[in-house]
Amino acid sequence: MTSNPQKLSFSTDRSRLFKDKIAQFSITSGGVMVLVALLLIFFYLLYVVQPIFESAHVQERSSFAVDQQEIVGLGLEEQTEIAYLLKRSGDVDFYNIQEQGFGAQIAELTTELPAAVSSFATSAPHLGLYAYGLDNGEVMIVKPSFQVSFPNNQRQLTPVLNYPLGSKPLTADEQGAAIKRFAFSKSEDKVVVVALTADKRVVFSAYVGEENFMTGEVEWVAEQTELDIDGRIDELLISPDGSRVFVRSANQIYIFDSRYADDVQLTQVLAANEENANIVSAQLLAGANSLMLANDNGEVSQWFEVNTEDGKEFKKIRAFETSKQKAINIHSEFYRRTFFTTGANGELGLYYTTSEAKLWQGKVAEGAIKNFAVAPRANAALILADNKVSVLEIENEHPEVTWSGLWQEVWYEGYPEPDYIWQSTSASDDFESKFSLVPISFGTLKAAMYAMLFAVPIALSAAIYTAYFMSSELRKVVKPTVEIMEALPTVILGFLAGLWLAPLIEENLPAIIALLVLLPIGILTTALAWTKLPEHIRHRIPEGAHSIILIPVVLFIGWLSFAMSGSIEAWLFGGNVRQYITNELGMTFDQRNSLVVGIAMGFAVIPTIFSIAEDAVFSVPKHLSNGSLALGATQWQTLVRVVLLTASPGIFSAIMMGLGRAVGETMIVLMATGNTPIMDWSIFQGMRTLAANIAVEMPESEVGSSHYRILFLAAFVLFIFTFVFNTLAEFVRQRLREKYSSL
Amino acid sequence: MIRQWFKSGSPWIWMTGGAVSISLISVIGLLALIAWRGLGFFWASPVHEFHIQGSVEQHTVIGEIYDREVVPASRVRQSGVDLGDFQGEELTRYLIKTGNREYVELDFRWILETDIQSQSTPHNLAVFERSKNGNFYGYIEQVIENGQPVRGDKVEKLEELVERAVELNEQALDLQNGDIGHINYELERLRLKERAYELDNELTHERAAELEAQRQALRDQYKELEKTLFQLRDDAKRDQVVVKDMRGEMVTLPLYQVLDFWLPNDMGFFAKVGHYFGQLGKFIADDPREANTEGGVFPAIFGTVFMVMLMAVIVTPFGVVAAIYLHEYAAKNAVTKMIRIAVINLAGVPSIVYGVFGLGFFVYMLGGSIDQLFYPEASPSPVFGTPGVIWSALTLAILTLPVVIVSTEEGLSRIPSQVRQGSLALGATKAETLWRIVVPMASPAIMTGLILAVARAAGEVAPLMLVGVVKMAPTLPLDGNFPYVHLDRKFMHLGFHIYDVGFQSPNVEAARPLVYATAFLLVTVIIALNITAIGIRNHLREKFRALDN
Repeated sequence: MTSNPQKLSFSTDRSRLFKDKIAQFSITSGGVMVLVALLLIFFYLLYVVQPIFESAHVQERSSFAVDQQEIVGLGLEEQTEIAYLLKRSGDVDFYNIQEQGFGAQIAELTTELPAAVSSFATSAPHLGLYAYGLDNGEVMIVKPSFQVSFPNNQRQLTPVLNYPLGSKPLTADEQGAAIKRFAFSKSEDKVVVVALTADKRVVFSAYVGEENFMTGEVEWVAEQTELDIDGRIDELLISPDGSRVFVRSANQIYIFDSRYADDVQLTQVLAANEENANIVSAQLLAGANSLMLANDNGEVSQWFEVNTEDGKEFKKIRAFETSKQKAINIHSEFYRRTFFTTGANGELGLYYTTSEAKLWQGKVAEGAIKNFAVAPRANAALILADNKVSVLEIENEHPEVTWSGLWQEVWYEGYPEPDYIWQSTSASDDFESKFSLVPISFGTLKAAMYAMLFAVPIALSAAIYTAYFMSSELRKVVKPTVEIMEALPTVILGFLAGLWLAPLIEENLPAIIALLVLLPIGILTTALAWTKLPEHIRHRIPEGAHSIILIPVVLFIGWLSFAMSGSIEAWLFGGNVRQYITNELGMTFDQRNSLVVGIAMGFAVIPTIFSIAEDAVFSVPKHLSNGSLALGATQWQTLVRVVLLTASPGIFSAIMMGLGRAVGETMIVLMATGNTPIMDWSIFQGMRTLAANIAVEMPESEVGSSHYRILFLAAFVLFIFTFVFNTLAEFVRQRLREKYSSL
Repeated sequence: MIRQWFKSGSPWIWMTGGAVSISLISVIGLLALIAWRGLGFFWASPVHEFHIQGSVEQHTVIGEIYDREVVPASRVRQSGVDLGDFQGEELTRYLIKTGNREYVELDFRWILETDIQSQSTPHNLAVFERSKNGNFYGYIEQVIENGQPVRGDKVEKLEELVERAVELNEQALDLQNGDIGHINYELERLRLKERAYELDNELTHERAAELEAQRQALRDQYKELEKTLFQLRDDAKRDQVVVKDMRGEMVTLPLYQVLDFWLPNDMGFFAKVGHYFGQLGKFIADDPREANTEGGVFPAIFGTVFMVMLMAVIVTPFGVVAAIYLHEYAAKNAVTKMIRIAVINLAGVPSIVYGVFGLGFFVYMLGGSIDQLFYPEASPSPVFGTPGVIWSALTLAILTLPVVIVSTEEGLSRIPSQVRQGSLALGATKAETLWRIVVPMASPAIMTGLILAVARAAGEVAPLMLVGVVKMAPTLPLDGNFPYVHLDRKFMHLGFHIYDVGFQSPNVEAARPLVYATAFLLVTVIIALNITAIGIRNHLREKFRALDN
């Protein structure tokens, strides 16, 4: 080895070079990682958000042949493994519709019917009830369901027929006339049926279950009334809770209030057809607040109750276009506000009412679609057409979200007019979710605006003074002191704002107003008094110590304002400011309001703006200001005309950074506002911001739901917003730096 | 003259000066407020006895003065209170903390200055700190040891007995959390093991029997320990103290619920100082009680420190490497420019956005995949697919990455280029120069960056609310059960503790001093970290300035 040192050194060199290359490679990839991290955040947010803007898809899984004439009703099991067909004879056939063994009949069950079937009806889809109207005036209600068992650890479904009202039919007409047409519904303890009999009477019956003490069986006791209505009757509808009956007679819709079975009232008659068109069918939307009417010119209109001057009235809200055809049927989903149209030309349409979206339209059959049923999870549907039953797979995860729905006024059910509303969740399943980003974006801007209104004047003035007038010894102390505030956790600022400042301001509102007025006056008075002081005292205080002289003044004014608060209140506002604001000014006063947020968030933003602006002013080359002073300009003139002008891009960048921080701040607004999504510029009311909204709702939102994705969208909006502000600020600052280096 | 003065601009200079004063006053005032409220909480304030008669019927109120405020007399009259012949314009009202929560309706009450007939701070008034229902105020009447009233010095004996009960309670708690907790943990592991065998179809009869045997052994152990536990608890229940409360009624307090007691009106200054530090120590070292509104904040301190350390371990290498790349390797091209923009933006993106990203990407995507791959037996309950300390640390690592980068880069830029050139000229490769010369010289700057990152992370709450923080974590992320470090666990955090106790607790009034104390703790830590970082940075600047010349 020692005999050949040359070679040895060569080999170590190689390994050293190799190590060098490795280091270079890993360090470079480490640097690129930063970029990757930012891009990852960007694209991941986008990836989660993107599905809400995807349109719906409908695709046929497969079909099997049946005798179309026999079938009166269709239904699907929750996992879309089994479909069932209800026949006129009372038989119910169950078919396997999984990929494996598609179309195989699994079971055939029968409902015993005491008389011939004269009509058939289905309940609202989420109840899953079907009913036969018989020609002896009776109605038989049946519910196909499935029992789950696990033999050998394998999930197995066994179809059964349930009779939620017992195996005896209900008497819908005591006179025993055949039921020609009927509608029914069942709530927890009540069943309602409205039926058209062969002798053209419309009978409304409400049944209440009474338990027989001896046998324990439930007997359904009816209360019946005949509705006062003449002429042709085309359709009967009833809301799931049985409180309202709709009767369609050609183009007239009669609406009855049926909350009290013994006193069914006609509340409104609508002439609801579109111009030059006739109504062909009607249906209630999920939640039963909206009535959908299909016209033969292809237009489907939505009606719901709105508060008007004459009380509540049904009004036409909006219309949807389908293709023109002679018969259109409407089918609603279980919970969401989606509805389907099926037509005589074999076309299927898929719409969402709230977002006014046409989600899908296409031809799914050659001939007319005779019957239709949607799956409980709205991910599949059955259609009966051309003597076969087809299973359609539907991809329609987020119909409630459209770009326009997020940013434009939407007319929600029960509201008097279109509005911007954010109300993401509610206790009930068939709740119409209201996703408007406008109120929370508005809240974000409002909070940021009040914060900036408070922070910008103070931060900029302080920055200018510190950079330009203050002595360097003092500056060394003042700058870090203000900057240390940037490190203060915002949760502490928020907590102080919510629990200390908010009650303080509420109690001493006049003091705050007095402070605003007295502070400038006090400072100016001190300044004036200073000029009157004898020269030898003035000269003893070094130049640039104004702020130290002013500290006791500011403290005194602060004390004075709070001490006077009570007297001002008694003198100007009749002893109670809050009452004055509510009664005299007609404004709502929240304890946690924009004023509190403005001050608290202002404090969070001041150090950011101060620090950057101070740097910008300080780094203006000295020869510029010296030149100006040498030409006879005063300090102030030099500052305004030379220094600030030169530093203005830096100041702009400081404000941008501050704004970016105010927009994204979470904890302060979360703790110092009431978090109500209202749209009002009032300084005495709170707001809900994008960031706080995410913090409040994210932990409770279901992964993958529209709500979850919209919250990601809110985060994405924040991300883009701050990205633009920061990049702009950085760009301006770079330009400034280049400019100075050339000066 | 005035016009001339305004034209000279000097008033405006004063105005800008005023802005500085306002900023300074608010910064210092804010810190002083937190310190005053936070630190005052532990001081044994005197307990007053008020005899009240006025608009209300005569009664006695015993308690601490919690707050006082001056209200206009007119407003009091407006609300329907008869002030009698009170003439003044304003009057003071006191908020009294009366404790004794289970016997009186309100443990805080406002009393008007005009209603107070007499006020005194009598001797022998004791404050009992209890594990349930908060403080109790009253006169010690009788101390009962093992069913027998104690003769002689009651206070001294009571001290001894309280100490004994506290000791026994602690032993019981240790047993419960230590050995019994361990057995439960082992049982759960056995269940998961069995489930894993089942999933792999490897659960043979021998294995099942073996598992069952192990389980049985653990259960037997458990029974033994349980016996000891009950024994300890019974022992602790032996003694009582009889106290006369402000209603004049005798109340028997079982000593196992009493954590401490003191006679504030009889304490001298030094006794109070001693008491003060005792209380402070308990605040830092104890677990929270009564839905976090009482007791200490130890788990929150531990959680914060643990998470922040984990984060520091993750963020340092990435941050340093990225800074070295930017300063030493990066060419002046578009990619470098984009990386710089990325750094600036990472610093500016709102923290809640990181939380959302962390929840979606780390927790659900990454954590979910880990669960599917490695923990199928735990399904359907998630292991890593749920918010936890590791995801919090990762999320905050991205959030603080720019802090480390900017700080390290500044440090690198201060190292004179002659040093590098010297090293290169002597034949060292670039990597060697970096490793032997540049990085060691920049290490204080790296330290600064790290400290600033830690300070930032310690105060951040919004993203943590989504990725792992909880109001009450039953177990710490570090304990005696294998594998000792549990990165999947949720944790408590000082910042979130402030939010939770201040805004979500049922009794905000009672919890408020605790929130101030927690806030003070957090602020102290963060400001200390920041000042250290600034100190190191300034020192570094001086050092390299000397090197430059």
